Amino acid sequence: DDRLLTVPLSHPDYFNVKELFSLKDLFDARVHLGHKKGCRHRFMEPYIFGCRLEQDIINLDQTMEHLQLALNFTAHIAYRKGIILFVSRKRQFCHLVESTARECGEYAHTRYWQGGLLTNAHIQFGAGVRLPDLLIFLSSLNNIFKPHVAIRDAAKMNIPTVGVVDTNCNPCLITYPIPGNDDSPSAMELYCKLFKMTIIRAKDKRKQNEAFEELR
Amino acid sequence: LRLIYTTTAVQRKNIGASGPEKYTEEFIKKQIEEFNLGKRHLANMMGEDPETFTQEDIDRAIAYLFPSGLFDKQARPMMKHPTEIFPEQRKIQWGEDGRPFHFLFYTGKQSYYSLMHETYEKFINLQKYQDQLLAQDLLPQKEKRNLSGSRWLTKIELEEMLLEKLSDDDYSRFIQLLEKLVTLPCGDIKEKYVQKFSREVAAQLQKVDIEPLKYDEQGVAFSTGEGARKTARATVVVYDNGTGKITVNGIDVLHYFPVLQDREQLLFPFQFLERLGKHDMICTVSGGGRSAQAGAIRLASAKALKSFVTEKEVEFMRQAGLLTTDPRVRERKKPGQEGARRKFTWKKR
Repeated sequence: DDRLLTVPLSHPDYFNVKELFSLKDLFDARVHLGHKKGCRHRFMEPYIFGCRLEQDIINLDQTMEHLQLALNFTAHIAYRKGIILFVSRKRQFCHLVESTARECGEYAHTRYWQGGLLTNAHIQFGAGVRLPDLLIFLSSLNNIFKPHVAIRDAAKMNIPTVGVVDTNCNPCLITYPIPGNDDSPSAMELYCKLFKMTIIRAKDKRKQNEAFEELR
Repeated sequence: LRLIYTTTAVQRKNIGASGPEKYTEEFIKKQIEEFNLGKRHLANMMGEDPETFTQEDIDRAIAYLFPSGLFDKQARPMMKHPTEIFPEQRKIQWGEDGRPFHFLFYTGKQSYYSLMHETYEKFINLQKYQDQLLAQDLLPQKEKRNLSGSRWLTKIELEEMLLEKLSDDDYSRFIQLLEKLVTLPCGDIKEKYVQKFSREVAAQLQKVDIEPLKYDEQGVAFSTGEGARKTARATVVVYDNGTGKITVNGIDVLHYFPVLQDREQLLFPFQFLERLGKHDMICTVSGGGRSAQAGAIRLASAKALKSFVTEKEVEFMRQAGLLTTDPRVRERKKPGQEGARRKFTWKKR
């Protein structure tokens, strides 16, 4: 049991998430496109490659690194049977995100966020609720272009966060930010595909390792 | 500032604010066992067979053993199966390891949002199918849906179906989605799904039943009617080919009802149908006072006249209020007041 949990942590990329995506895939899915210069958030300036005709371009090398770290982290969480909650308040991709979550066997919340969901969970849900162990934000703003309340709540409840941050978002409280586009359908489909593949891989790996342990 | 000593009661949590008590499965099972035992005891007490003791027998037994004059049926003593008494509730939504069963559990309203998710999925699939057909130019023509015979579920019915509280906004959004789904052509696939959320509306109003005329020994047509007003009960037999003679309890109407107002009430149905001198009437009336008896006879005679008259005239009578029992009864006196409504004289000091 101890071996199950400690062995994956010794490798830098135990689940081999690097092979899931390449720079070309990110470019084809238009992940590098940001918003206009006027919408730029001050804390996103380190992640921006440049500005062309007033439109910000995100640095895809940095995106690659951040994405690799984030996928590795989600894989470890899924391997340890943690609860993953996909959050996105973009109405266009609500259905896509919910279907992705359902197919992974994880959970999604793409609807109106009630105030006390994380902080007041014991009263809202019942006495013995288990809170999510990871929050994945596929769009970290809500419908009025303010930071999603769940980022702050997760930070309060010590829940790690992974989030796709666009050029108008605040990457501060997110543990594993992924600078990238969150408005194009192609980009969102790519993210959903990547997260789904990592989670399924991690779960399969867990079953394999448990089978090996039993054989011993 | 003086130190105010308060009891620990103030610091205790407000238990009422956390919502209704959740029943565990064991509790409900225990209640069901107790109910079954109690049913057998009751059957023994009443001297009936415990094996064939139905719910109706239980209701009758309880009404016999605990007679109650309360108006509200829900307030009277009742003995029903626990599933009818304890409202259906959500059992605990997560398994032993803590993982919730439903993928939308963390939204709070899982059944409502999963319903929206499903409906939206059907909508997108239908749109894709429609686009494919458009590409091949095989679009079927718009079929008109019969709007008159059906209605959508009400908010309360939907809440019962989902076992969750909804807001008006949520409900209206769901109905809008259903309407959008219905406007698309390609009917069959979605019809079954949509039928789950629509109910039939009874197209006709209650039909008034008109009894056929009866004929006595001399071949004269007659019909009977019953009426009530306050505590008075009247039965009336209206004969055809008459001269307008009216007999009440064996006494002529002029002697029984000396007041003009009462006699006017009796004659009103005939005057309305313009059949003043054409019918004879024999009435029996009991209970109530002068005016109540007159009203009861009026209602009874109007009901009897239904058989003599066309359907259109029956509808006119109904609209005139001749066929409706007057629901007004004497209101009870309440304690702390002089009468039903009159309060005691208010004194400022």
